[in-house]
Parts: sequence; C-alpha cells; structure tokens
Amino acid sequence: MSNEHGEQVTFQETRQVEQGDFATAGQIAASFKNTLKKLGVASPVIRRIAIASYEAEINLAIHSWGGTMRLIIYPDRVRLLVDDVGPGIENIDLAMQEGYSTASEEVRMLGFGAGMGMPNMKRCADAFKIESVLGKGTSISMDFNL
Amino acid sequence: MTAKRIYHSVKLERDRCVGCTTCLKKCPMECIRVRNGKARILYELCIDCGVCIQNCPHHAKVAQTDPINSIYRFKHRIALPAPTLYAQFRNLTSVDTVLNALLGLGFSDVFEVARAADIVSATVREMLKTQKVRPLISSACPAVVTLIRLRFPELLPHVADVLSPKELAGRMAKEEYSKAHGVPIEEIGAFFITPCPAKMASIHSDRGSYVDGVIAIQDIYGLLSAQMKQPISEEIKRKRHATWQGVNWANYGGEGAALDNNNVLSVDGIHNVIYVLEEIENGRLNDLDFFEGSSCVGGCVGGPLVFENAFVAKNSLRKLTEHMKEDEKTHPLPPVEPRDDIHLRAPLEPLPGIKLSDNIAEAIAKMERIEALTKTFKGLDCGSCGSPTCRALAEDIVQGRANELDCVFKLKEKVEQLARQMVDLTNL
Repeated sequence: MSNEHGEQVTFQETRQVEQGDFATAGQIAASFKNTLKKLGVASPVIRRIAIASYEAEINLAIHSWGGTMRLIIYPDRVRLLVDDVGPGIENIDLAMQEGYSTASEEVRMLGFGAGMGMPNMKRCADAFKIESVLGKGTSISMDFNL
Repeated sequence: MTAKRIYHSVKLERDRCVGCTTCLKKCPMECIRVRNGKARILYELCIDCGVCIQNCPHHAKVAQTDPINSIYRFKHRIALPAPTLYAQFRNLTSVDTVLNALLGLGFSDVFEVARAADIVSATVREMLKTQKVRPLISSACPAVVTLIRLRFPELLPHVADVLSPKELAGRMAKEEYSKAHGVPIEEIGAFFITPCPAKMASIHSDRGSYVDGVIAIQDIYGLLSAQMKQPISEEIKRKRHATWQGVNWANYGGEGAALDNNNVLSVDGIHNVIYVLEEIENGRLNDLDFFEGSSCVGGCVGGPLVFENAFVAKNSLRKLTEHMKEDEKTHPLPPVEPRDDIHLRAPLEPLPGIKLSDNIAEAIAKMERIEALTKTFKGLDCGSCGSPTCRALAEDIVQGRANELDCVFKLKEKVEQLARQMVDLTNL
C-alpha cells in the first residue's frame, strides 16, 4: 500500500535502552503496545509483539552496552529491529536453545536470565533473523504479519 | 468480535464544573477532556472507576444510581447488601442488625452478597485445581473487568469464568425467594447496595444482569442507621449465612485470602492494577495462581459512593470480622460447597476503545502526524489545553477534537509573532 506520492506508508517508533536499565523494563513494550492498539492491530498480534519486545528490552539491559529498538509498521506487517553495541553472541545456536543463558548470577537474582529470551522472541515472530559480530554487537530483525 | 457498551454511570453536573484540570490529570484511562470550559468524558474509554468522582473538588462528577423509592417498581423486593455496607458502621458486632434494619426500609427480603462471595471463593478454589490457565484473574471488580476488555483483551481467557458475588447474589436471591413464596421471578426485584459506580454500569452492560437496580451506600446510610436503632420484632428476624471471610471481601486482599492459597497476588488502586496487568501480559507472572485486582484504593471500602472514610471503614470491618470469627467458633456455619453452574452470563468480549481509523494505512498516516505534532509541544503535560498530555493533545488535533492554539505555549508564540508583525507594520 502506498500514499499519493507512491511511497509506502509506514510508521516508526524508536526507543533507546541503556545497559543495566532494569528499573524501567517493560516500558518500551507497553509503549509499542499502545501504538499498535491505536493503529487497530489485532490483539493476538499485539501480544506477540509485546512479549518479543519485552524480551528484547531485557536482553539489551542484561547483555549489551546499550542499544535501540525500532518498531516499523507497514500496512501488512510489523517489523521489530533490535540493534545493540556490545560483546556479541559467541554461539548463536546455543543462544537460541531454551534454558541456555550467559547472564550473571547478579542478573539471575533479579529474576532475569532464565535462557528463554531468544527462543521466546523466535516463537512470537513470523520471521526471525539474527546477526552478531563478536566485540561489536548484535542485530535482530523480527517480522509479524498483520 | 467486539462489543459495544451503551450505558455509563459516571456523569458530569455541568453547572458545577469550573473547567479545572483535576479530573483530567487523575483519570487512569486518559478519557477526560476539558473543552469550552467544561469537562467531558470520552465514554468509549471510560471504565466507570469513579476516580474522577473522588477527586473533583467541585463535586461536579457524579454517579448515576437508582433512588431508594425505585424499589417499589417490583411487588417483591430483595436487598443485596455489599459487605462494604457493614463497614460503614462503627462498633457493629453483628451483621444481623444491618440485615434486619434493611427489612424495615421496605425490602421484602435480604440476601447477603457476602454469602455469594463465600460460594465464589469455594468455586474458584476448585477451579484452581482443575484449570490450567495461570494466573487466573478475578472477575469480581467490574471496573477491572472493563479495563481488561478495553486494554488487555489478550488476558480475557485468564478471567475466572464465574459470576461476581453481586450477580450470584441477585440470581440466588430471586431463585430462593421464588421457591419459598411461590411467586414468579419477574415479580421479584433484586437491588444491590453499592460502594461504586462500576457496579451500576455493569448491571446495564451489554452482558445483562441478575440485578435490577443499584442503590448507593451513601444514599441509604442515613435511613439505615436510623432504622438500626429500632427494635426488631421476633417474627421477621433474619440471621446471617455468610462467613467472616465472605464479609472480608470488602477489603482488598479479602478475596485472595479466602482462597487458602499462598500464591495469590492482591492489588488495589487502578494504576497499580494496570501495572500488574502489564506484567501478566508480558508473561512475567505465569507462575502466579490468582490475581485479585481492586480498582479502588483499599478495595471496595474505598469506593466512591461510600459514606465512611476508607481507613475507618477498614478498621470497623476488622473489628466486625473478629467478632464474627469468635461467633463462628461457638456457632459453626454449614460448610460452603463449590458450584459448577455459576458461569458468567456471556463470554467476555474485547471492547474496541478508540482507534485512529478503521483503515490501517490511514491510521499509520495519522500516527505519523501525531508523532510529529507531539515533538512541537513542550512536553510538560500541563493539561491547560484540556487534554491530559501533550501526546493526547496531538491525537485530539489529528482527530479533529482540538486545535493547536489550545496549547498555551503555542498561543503565546502566536501572540508574540502577531505583536512583532504589528511593530513591523507601525515602523513602515
């Protein structure tokens, strides 16, 4: 779908996450959810996006040195882009396994780092892509069909 | 798929409204706007919680409930006292005093809502054994149920499929009275004595009700306390059936405590309830068995339509339930059995709220304009424009409900600009 100038109609919302920012965890998911609801996106899709963004938000706070989360809404799909600056993921296959976690004891004591974040994201999304460079950072792209 | 509500209890008394922004800033749903000097409610988003009633300094926000003499619409009239009613009286040692006094006010009979609460508790205890969904969410507070239908529709399968004590009381009261006196159900009216407007809204909702009318506690308090001083004649004497735990539902936490389960979370205050529902929706509380959310601070004793201060009421209720506990040791009540025939009247469906547009491309375009406009405001969320936040104003402008110069800062800029132009003109 496109507007009168032939450009595709999209809406973007970009939010920053800082390292160790657990206190406000969940705010981005809530904000994204609110936006999607106003746009009239069906609630089962909203819930999947909310869970995926919540997991991503927590992951950035735990593992990265900070990053951005970008929600891009097209008339037929929603894309969630998560980019961080950080140590990168050594073994992506391992990271995708349920229960595998490299989170510190301190983080686990906060109730996070159960090793379900990445599998949860993949399960929620209709398409899931991940790229990671050691010592540089990680990028995840998730698509949700409308 | 989505349902439509037609009735709301919370109303504005236009003449009393001075157009201040108190209710605007307090409303948890951001559904109040001040336009042309008067507050108005965007009813699509209102959950009838009554926070605006509690906070309006000019008493301009009111709840519509039924007048006491409306009970005479029915040949047979049953009072359904909320346990919060008992908490209005200091030094009350027996619920029986209230029950009997209600009969003196024109009711043919009285059915304790606390008794229905006992049955709901027994039933939910059973549901927690047989049902897998976690956490199960209480269906008792109608403001919370409407909130879930509007803002957390994905959590609807978590809401316990059991009637609220008010509804169960209405149904049982009529069934029992009809059987005992041989009169048709249609001739019996059940009247709930309420601490809150959400209960009033719920009996007139899209989902129907077993209750025929709702009387505010503050409207009946005076008459009732006078009646309580009258002697009770022996032949009409009523005795309580409900346990102290059923009565304790009036306090937040009372419902959860009656489940005899450690893994229950009870939360009061609508903002706190919203916060916890977010957590549940994010999948953070899947290990919780039961969530009890009360819209009002303190639970039903903190309702907008009560007479007594919530903290005093809470204390009165504590003393009363201690008396009841003692009494139950010497005069045990029959055990309460769970029931499997007290499901909700109809499945809970999502409510639409306010969408930007039915067309998603158009909605996206509007959202972009809202985002761009929001950035041009100062972000103080001062409310002077009559919208609760700068973002809400941007949305109102895009939706044609407001204009840019409603913002005092934009207006100031515009005036400055005009003044400069005037000066330039005079210098020509």
